[in-house]
Formats: sequence, C-alpha cells, structure tokens
Amino acid sequence: MNVSVIVFPGANCDRDAAYVTRDLLGQPTQMIWHEDRDLQQADVVIVPGGFSYGDYLRCGAIARFSPALQATVEHAQRGGLVIGICNGFQILTEAGLLPGALMRNRDLHFICDRVPLRVERTDLVWTQNYADQAVITVPIAHGEGCYYADADTLQALEDNGQVVFRYCDVTGDPTPASNPNGSLNNIAGICNQQGNVLGMMPHPERVSDPLLGGTDGLALFESVLSKQLQTI
Amino acid sequence: MPTYQAQIYVTLRPSVLDPAGTAVQSGLHHMGFDGVEQVRIGKYIQVTLTAEDEATARQQLDQMCDQLLTNPVIENYRFDLTVKATADTAA
Repeated sequence: MNVSVIVFPGANCDRDAAYVTRDLLGQPTQMIWHEDRDLQQADVVIVPGGFSYGDYLRCGAIARFSPALQATVEHAQRGGLVIGICNGFQILTEAGLLPGALMRNRDLHFICDRVPLRVERTDLVWTQNYADQAVITVPIAHGEGCYYADADTLQALEDNGQVVFRYCDVTGDPTPASNPNGSLNNIAGICNQQGNVLGMMPHPERVSDPLLGGTDGLALFESVLSKQLQTI
Repeated sequence: MPTYQAQIYVTLRPSVLDPAGTAVQSGLHHMGFDGVEQVRIGKYIQVTLTAEDEATARQQLDQMCDQLLTNPVIENYRFDLTVKATADTAA
C-alpha cells in the first residue's frame, strides 16, 4: 500500500499519519509538499489535520487550490482512496469531494477531548475491520467541526448510507448530549457515494499506537491495508 | 485600465445557525439592549482590482466570491463597487 501524505504549511498531523502507515504498518509512505502535483503513485492519499495556510479566510478554503490537492481530486475521481482527517475533512468539503461544510462549534469552544463514535458502516474499505455498530473512542481537537448540510443533502447522505461515524454515548446512542460540536445528525464522518473518499473530524491516527492510550483508530488504517493486499 | 475597489460582505445563509452571533446577542441583552432581536456576524473583504470595465470587474468578483471568498454551502455575499482611479488619472 503506497501512501502519500499531503503537507500544507500549517499541517500539524502529517507526521502522526505517516508514523502510523510507515512505522506501525510498515507501508511505503511519502510526504507530498503542497506545491507538488506528483502524488508518486499513491494508492491512498491522506489529507492530514492542522491549519492549512493558517486557515485564513475559512478552514480549508485556500488549500483547495494547491497543486497537491488538485492532484488529489483527480486521484479521487479515478476511484483512488482519499481520507481527510480534521482540517483534511474541511479541505475535502471545500474541494467538493464531500458534501456539506464544517462550521464553528455550537458552543464556540475549541474542543480537545476523547469521544465515543459509532461505526455506522463496515462494508467500506475504511471500516471493514471494525465490528458492525462498534463503539470506538477517538480524540477530537477542533474549533470548527460542526457538520452542516442543507436538508436535502443531509437526507441524501442518510438515504445513501454515507454517514460513516456518528458521535454517541458510551452505549452507542447518538444523543444530543453526546454531540460535542452541534453537528447535524451527530455526524462525525462521511464518505462520498462511491465510498473511496472519507472525511472525519476525529483523529484515528492519534489512537493507533498503544503508547498513546488506545488503538481504536488503527483498525481504520489496517482495513485499508487488508483491502489493498486482497486486490494485489 | 480603470482600478476598482470592491467592498464585499459575506454573511451566513439565513437558515444556518450563527453561534457567534447568538453569543453576541446574549451579550447585548446583558448590557440592557433588550430590543435586540437578532445578531448575525459576517465578514467584510476589500478587493482592489484593475479591469477593462465595470462589467468585467463584476464578473471577476462574482467568480472570486463563488470559488474562494465564500463557501456557497453556508454563505451568501454581495458587493459594492466603486471606481478608484482610471488609467488617465493615474498617469
């Protein structure tokens, strides 16, 4: 599995993502500078968390026009795998690879916490190693993670099963109290209709090494790896 | 070519919750301004540009707003345009 991690000025989770795929999973991983168009034959492109271009104007707005992201859009349109984490999720919505937008958190606070998520789908390349409706604990760290889409888009997401992760309580119930940021329908992560593009606000790369207190995120990266191995 | 100055106002779409506006509204109520019915917070952007004519300037600004300056999923925009200088006066 050949992994490329896009590096924007202001990215701060790029090396964490590369640590998981290169050091924990032993996969060839390269960092792609935002000005480069060549994704170096990536199977998977990771658009990492951080504050791309300082998040000036809006989160992810400027990153959309970088050569590396334009190459990523083409990669996705060819059916290639793309995951956007946190700021990466914001960038993918700005680029139009995923519907909706991420807004200021409901309570206006930057939230740094560990939250339970319910895995809504396990038939995706991203989630096949999770148990159906599994409740996992994953860190969040964002000020603008409130998922918004208009009513029709939201309905289409639900009808098509594009909601992949939902904020929930420890029993797996997506209650208003377990929604940290006001996201519509407790949405924490969505995919496109084809399922090859995933965006999520929580940080699976931060719970992949047992040293960091959990491994609930590792199954996501292992899912992709096992899928890749099957197709070779 | 004439130089234009655009004042661009970006606002959240009416259907979109504005938590910052709601917080400021509550602050104004605490100050005793009970008549404040709603506060919405937006952005103000100034762009100075040269263009062949006003129609071209407006068309370019629409493109800028659609593609970068606003996110059409959650935001609306409008802009005022004034002529700052013409090539003749600048010369």
